[in-house]
Amino acid sequence: MQINSPQFKESSRIALQDVNLQKALGNLKAGFPTKRATAVARLPEFDQLRDEAATLKNHIIENLDIYLEEFEINVIKNGGHVHWCRTADDACQTILDICKEVDAKTVTKGKSMVTEEINLNDFLEKNGIEPVETDLGEYILQLRGDHPSHIIAPAIHLNLEDVSEIFHEKHKRPKSDDPAVLMQEAREILRTKFVAADVGITGANFCVAETGSTLIVTNEGNGDLTQTLPKTHIVVTSIEKVVPTLEDMTLFLRLLARSATGQEFSVYNTLSTGPKRADDQDGPENFHVVLVDNGRSEMVGGELQDMLRCIRCSACMNHCPVYGAVGGHSYGWVYPGPMGSVLTPQMIGIEQAGLLPNASTFCGKCESVCPVRIPLPKLMRHWRENEFSKHLSPKAVRWGLGSWAFFAKRPRLYRWLSRGSNTVMRLMAGKKGKITKLPLGSGWTNFRDMPAPSGRTFMDQYQSRQAAEKQS
Amino acid sequence: MSKAEIFGNIRRGLKRGEPTDAQRASVAARLKPHHNNLIPKRAQLPHAQQVALFVEMAEEAAAEIIEINNGSEIVGEVCRWLQHQNINTLTTATAPILNELEWDQSTINVLSGVGHAGDAASLTTAFAGIAETGTLMLYSRPESPTTLNFLPDNHIVLLKKSDIVGPYEDAWGKLREAIPGNLPRTVNLITGPSRSADIEQRLQMGAHGPKRLLILLLTN
Repeated sequence: MQINSPQFKESSRIALQDVNLQKALGNLKAGFPTKRATAVARLPEFDQLRDEAATLKNHIIENLDIYLEEFEINVIKNGGHVHWCRTADDACQTILDICKEVDAKTVTKGKSMVTEEINLNDFLEKNGIEPVETDLGEYILQLRGDHPSHIIAPAIHLNLEDVSEIFHEKHKRPKSDDPAVLMQEAREILRTKFVAADVGITGANFCVAETGSTLIVTNEGNGDLTQTLPKTHIVVTSIEKVVPTLEDMTLFLRLLARSATGQEFSVYNTLSTGPKRADDQDGPENFHVVLVDNGRSEMVGGELQDMLRCIRCSACMNHCPVYGAVGGHSYGWVYPGPMGSVLTPQMIGIEQAGLLPNASTFCGKCESVCPVRIPLPKLMRHWRENEFSKHLSPKAVRWGLGSWAFFAKRPRLYRWLSRGSNTVMRLMAGKKGKITKLPLGSGWTNFRDMPAPSGRTFMDQYQSRQAAEKQS
Repeated sequence: MSKAEIFGNIRRGLKRGEPTDAQRASVAARLKPHHNNLIPKRAQLPHAQQVALFVEMAEEAAAEIIEINNGSEIVGEVCRWLQHQNINTLTTATAPILNELEWDQSTINVLSGVGHAGDAASLTTAFAGIAETGTLMLYSRPESPTTLNFLPDNHIVLLKKSDIVGPYEDAWGKLREAIPGNLPRTVNLITGPSRSADIEQRLQMGAHGPKRLLILLLTN
């Protein structure tokens, strides 16, 4: 996927004025947060489960190599194969080689953000293999030449008319304003693709070390058809998804659907362990797990380690005021919202993604809903510091911080100056108490009034109180 | 090559070299006993209440439930439900309890084997029912092909009340007991029929899997 993160400001400006996008984002804001709150209220143990999940993830990371080895041993024991890929390129090449081994022409795909991350579809197409996305949202996007704007609701930026339009164009059927009709249309067309595919690629929400199994969570059932019908099933996933046992996986499953869609449980939670057994009547003959690193192993032991706990539920972006205002595409790469603002700089570099961790008010909502208690604001602050220390922040920011530091280190001057600007601002505001135009502050006053200071400066008030206390 | 580099990074981050025998042993010790994490109170009810909770949660997830007292009622209920939808073919799994069913008197054309695209309906058994979320557990084996769970438009599942457990953990335990050693190729946890809200967040039933899920809940 092309990287557009450096254009975050421009993309956001366009997004804010895009009437259709704003309408579509309204559906998100009205839906997920309310549903999550209801589901959480129904499970009194929810917060305790979050604590246990965070602790368990930390334990896994501290023993990550041991659990990964155990997982590999058990995949092989069940007749599967494990492929280790340090980079996105390694992973694409590995997947292509497996496809070529079985002479694949078409590949069906269940929803997988890791395959977005490694840009798999473009790579397969360039090499003469047709990838077919089968998740309804992803399928719509593929027809449009578009990309997901959300990690679990990929087509959240689109409205019904957009879907009707593209289906009419590509399927040559009449337009419809009934989502049920459109979904039935996709169902019929994708049935033939499922049956014809040579290889099925899915992601994995969890890899179970104890059993060598992978698990996918879906509501549509596309992931199941993707892995059951073709001769070869390839699971493309990343190294931090490993969990010790089925019981440990269960702990995360109790949190995942509730945090994501607000469901009690997703419709299909499917555990896959190796290829079909000798006397099974259906199922894939080959089972491959492609374990992608792509920068994750470097997060172990570093300041970003907590991010490896992420289970990709999307609660952080569903509750983020910035995501809700500008949508996922503004972030300019695969992972949007708060979790994306932490991960993207790690994967594509802070040089390109520096604006993302700055696009936060640090309201803390993301951290407050995270099922594995990732301190997302703290991790974004880490990137801001990193950016500043690498001299990557924009000139205006550096100049502003620099001049603030100059005065802050000279308290008398600072107090004199703040007292002065306090008076000037109150004069500017007049009787209304609001400033409509501020020199150097048009970024604020173009959109809203600046309230004038309501009284004397903090230090002035503090000093008079101290004096009064001494007298009494 | 990649594996060595990935493990090198991880171990550098953890500030240690290859794990010691003691470290490996401590992980092995954690894997063995299948230690339970916190199990919600909701999943720890007496059996009769578990059954009621299962029914409530499954219906909330849009599954349909018909309670029957004994096996002799299966054919009649299945036929009635299918005929109501003008369906006259059914593919059944070949679990022993299903093999005993007599379809001769019915007008339904009954086949067995794997599922195919375009199938109207299938009949399978469930290995367990999980009360906490109204979830069915099915697993692949020669007499229960996975395609029957996903390709037909309507999926009918026979579940014995005695196979209903409270939490998922009890179902995993039951599975390990029934199939010692390695797991079957796939285990399907199914909660209601297929759905998607990918168009404008408006929920529609029947995305890729079955459009309707009927659970026949058998007392004896």
